Amino acid sequence: MMIQANPNKPPGAFVVTTMHGRQVSRIAWRYLVPILYLVFLMLPLYWLLNMSFKTNQEALSAFRLWPQDFTLDNYKVVLTDPSWYRGYINSTIYVALNTLISLAVALPAAYAFSRYRFMGDKHLFFWLLTNRMAPPAVFALPFFQFYSAFGLIDTHIAVALAHCLFNVPLAVWILEGFMSRIPREMDETAYIDGYSFPRFFFRIFMPLIRSGIGVTAFFCFMFSWVELLIARTLTVTEAKPIAAIMTRTVSASGVDWGVLTAAGVLTIIPGALVIYFVRNHIAKGFALGRV
Amino acid sequence: MDRIAHRYPGSASTEMDYALQPLSMVWEDGGAYALLGPSGCGKTTLLNIISGLIMPSEGQVFFGDRDVTGLQPQERNIAQVFQFPVVYDTMTVAQNLEFPLKNRGVPVEARKRRVAEVLELLELSEIAGQKARNLDAATKQKISLGRGLVRTDANAVLFDEPLTVIDPALKWQLRAELKRVHLQVGHTMIYVTHDQTEALTFAEKVIVMLEGRVLQAGTPEELFDAPAHTFVGRFIGSPGMNVLTCDVAGDCAFVSGRKVYLRNNYGLAQGSLELGIRPEYVRVLEQVDCPEGLAVSVVKVVDIGRQKILHLLLGEQQLHAILREGTPVPSSPVVLFDPDHLNLYCDSNLLRPPDRGRYP
Amino acid sequence: MKPANNKAWLLVAPVLLLVAFCAVIPLMTVVNYSVQDSFGNNEFFWVGTEWFEEVLHSERFHNALLRNLAFSAIILAIQIPLGIGIAICMPVRGWGVSVCLVLMTMPLLIPWNVVGTIWQIFARVDIGLLGHSLAVLGLDYNYTQDTLDAWITVILMDVWHWTSLVVLLCYSGLVAIPEAYYQAAQIDGASRWAIFRTIQLPGMKRVLLIAVLLRFMDSFMIYTEPFVLTGGGPGNATTFLSVDLVQMAIGQFDLGPAAAMSLIYFLIILLLSWIFYTVMTRHDDPGQSK
Repeated sequence: MMIQANPNKPPGAFVVTTMHGRQVSRIAWRYLVPILYLVFLMLPLYWLLNMSFKTNQEALSAFRLWPQDFTLDNYKVVLTDPSWYRGYINSTIYVALNTLISLAVALPAAYAFSRYRFMGDKHLFFWLLTNRMAPPAVFALPFFQFYSAFGLIDTHIAVALAHCLFNVPLAVWILEGFMSRIPREMDETAYIDGYSFPRFFFRIFMPLIRSGIGVTAFFCFMFSWVELLIARTLTVTEAKPIAAIMTRTVSASGVDWGVLTAAGVLTIIPGALVIYFVRNHIAKGFALGRV
Repeated sequence: MDRIAHRYPGSASTEMDYALQPLSMVWEDGGAYALLGPSGCGKTTLLNIISGLIMPSEGQVFFGDRDVTGLQPQERNIAQVFQFPVVYDTMTVAQNLEFPLKNRGVPVEARKRRVAEVLELLELSEIAGQKARNLDAATKQKISLGRGLVRTDANAVLFDEPLTVIDPALKWQLRAELKRVHLQVGHTMIYVTHDQTEALTFAEKVIVMLEGRVLQAGTPEELFDAPAHTFVGRFIGSPGMNVLTCDVAGDCAFVSGRKVYLRNNYGLAQGSLELGIRPEYVRVLEQVDCPEGLAVSVVKVVDIGRQKILHLLLGEQQLHAILREGTPVPSSPVVLFDPDHLNLYCDSNLLRPPDRGRYP
Repeated sequence: MKPANNKAWLLVAPVLLLVAFCAVIPLMTVVNYSVQDSFGNNEFFWVGTEWFEEVLHSERFHNALLRNLAFSAIILAIQIPLGIGIAICMPVRGWGVSVCLVLMTMPLLIPWNVVGTIWQIFARVDIGLLGHSLAVLGLDYNYTQDTLDAWITVILMDVWHWTSLVVLLCYSGLVAIPEAYYQAAQIDGASRWAIFRTIQLPGMKRVLLIAVLLRFMDSFMIYTEPFVLTGGGPGNATTFLSVDLVQMAIGQFDLGPAAAMSLIYFLIILLLSWIFYTVMTRHDDPGQSK
């Protein structure tokens, strides 16, 4: 029997020569490493899931590896009680707003950085990047005072704008990388063919960089969805994100672990879905090395 | 250095749908070979089987009398230069050349000596101390070659389209250097390329491949004069051989209704028949000077300086002919085929006349 | 060569306005507060660098700063080698790639407070898988009471949360290395370690730089996860700079010191990031692209 040694694996799939000179591909032991890591990653998540299907009493009383009284009550509470599910809606709204705004301002700016030299361009680019290094803690209070002055506390737009502080530099950086890969000849050809700049940008250029836009949107979503401090500081009740609601669930009788964990699981699902849909582009997006 | 013959009998394939059709081949030690063919014809596969990067799903590879089929590349006596210049960026040129020797545990003194020799041979001595990272592609390829030559146990060098990323200006220079190195060092060299000029100038024997099959293995002259397959005829030569469909009866061929006399009697040949004649051997004359010629019409004339290439139409079939510089294009042209250079093909393969030996 | 065109400022204007709105103006208020004091009824008077001096001399600040430096150092020491190691062992082809990438990315997309909650329920001795198992094994583990345990748990949580970022970055760098390098190395008889050192590691240099910078910055700024997990405790054990700052600014409403501390904090990050960047790129030739 002939077993084909795969030459395309980077060295690590060690090949053993048997008696007859045939080669047998041994299962690469190195795969154990990512497998162990994945187990490590999934364990706490499993535990979260586990707890979410238990009643609060069961969770606190006995320690079990899987729920004995399997219950969906916790999820019912989260999905039917407006004080819970509104949180998800709020989060989604401001994340979507943020992504749109970030993209809208970053696209022209990235184009400018990619295609032109202008006075102060390097300094501007660098300054933008330093905003990424700003500790949210530093901005918590100033944002609060600033947005209250405009009466924007507890609105979705406030959080969306506040998150732009981190997301816009990121968006510009990523988009510039993608745009620089499109040769300038494209632009010039379009102008010669009579396209006006807006028309060229929307009908020709943007489709070319759509994977870049996708990657950018992904990262904007990522950073905005997960952020808590600013989101909590700027909201009270109307626009409160689910993350903030979760940090407030301590009632007189202590923490309701069941509901809390169910809410937690539900916050992970959007993320998981997004990853699933962009899974083919993840490696490519990171490949630009610009996160 | 040991002189050994490489023999490659048996069949080889890598996928369920054979990337390489069963073939057997013997390579003589010290020879310069070229594997020529379009992309996807299996030449890189064949090369990698020889070097050991791929193991054939059927068949064996012998170096001399040694069955090396199961051996890793570093255990065979080969070196390979890739399409993409591979240099270790973190090392200097000299360190790059030292690398294979270091891995094999060669003592320092011997290493230094050998590296110096190869640097000298490849004329890289001046940049021996420079970091390999920022050199141009041609130099990097020389370093890759050097890493192969530096091993005293390696006596075959395999090239996988090494000039692809080199600037055209440097290409011929590098080609000449490869030839020089070959003459000096005497290793067997197997060169994969899709560029016929490279193959024909570099190799003593060229193997033309198509879709996993070896169509013909021969010297450049043989490939030119007697292509064993219409593809070989068309691929080699610029422009390639003319292939005209015809019918054959005895020693006559009928092309687009006109009669062409053949040198040999082919009897009643069956199958899809084609006539092959190289543009170099198509004479274009005025009808008045040559009444027995075949009437053609001129579609296009391409003037490339030294020659003019005529695109002609014989009946409905296209035909190329070459006129030397200064020769006027006849107003009512006819063509005459030089019978010594007419080849007949049945189902694309060269047909040998029934009453003759191996060559027509 | 890019053409010079100052009209490009028009394209950049929206970004500038937005970031100015989001960043510069709030930052100005911080600067404002940092040099003023108030008697309470919105009357402010100039105190110059008094707050800065107070903060820089305060033990509380020093401790928090040291905690952060230690934390970041440990995090980098763990996550970078671990990330590289995992990236190298990951499959390059086949269905395993998607599975790995999707599962590994998941921790990155979890809201940070949920990360804290997850580890809360995971590490507690009464209800947590980890905590309970350790107790059953006889180990004296309680992160709410023991400083060392708290640190270990926080570090473990961060490793769980962010190592995937390093892995993904390194992986992307690895898959960009052309096949030919590995083949040539094989022919050259290079050992596994030599391949790593001469091919893989140099190939990942750019992405590694980004990974180090990002992990440093983010670990230095960390707030939500440890806050949810330990609340800063036990005692002050896990009170990092951000936690301290928020306590001061929003909890105690000590605007002056908070503002001064904010600026110092920001400056420290900028400085250390710049140092990292310079050190890691000092060997780069000028020919390297941006």
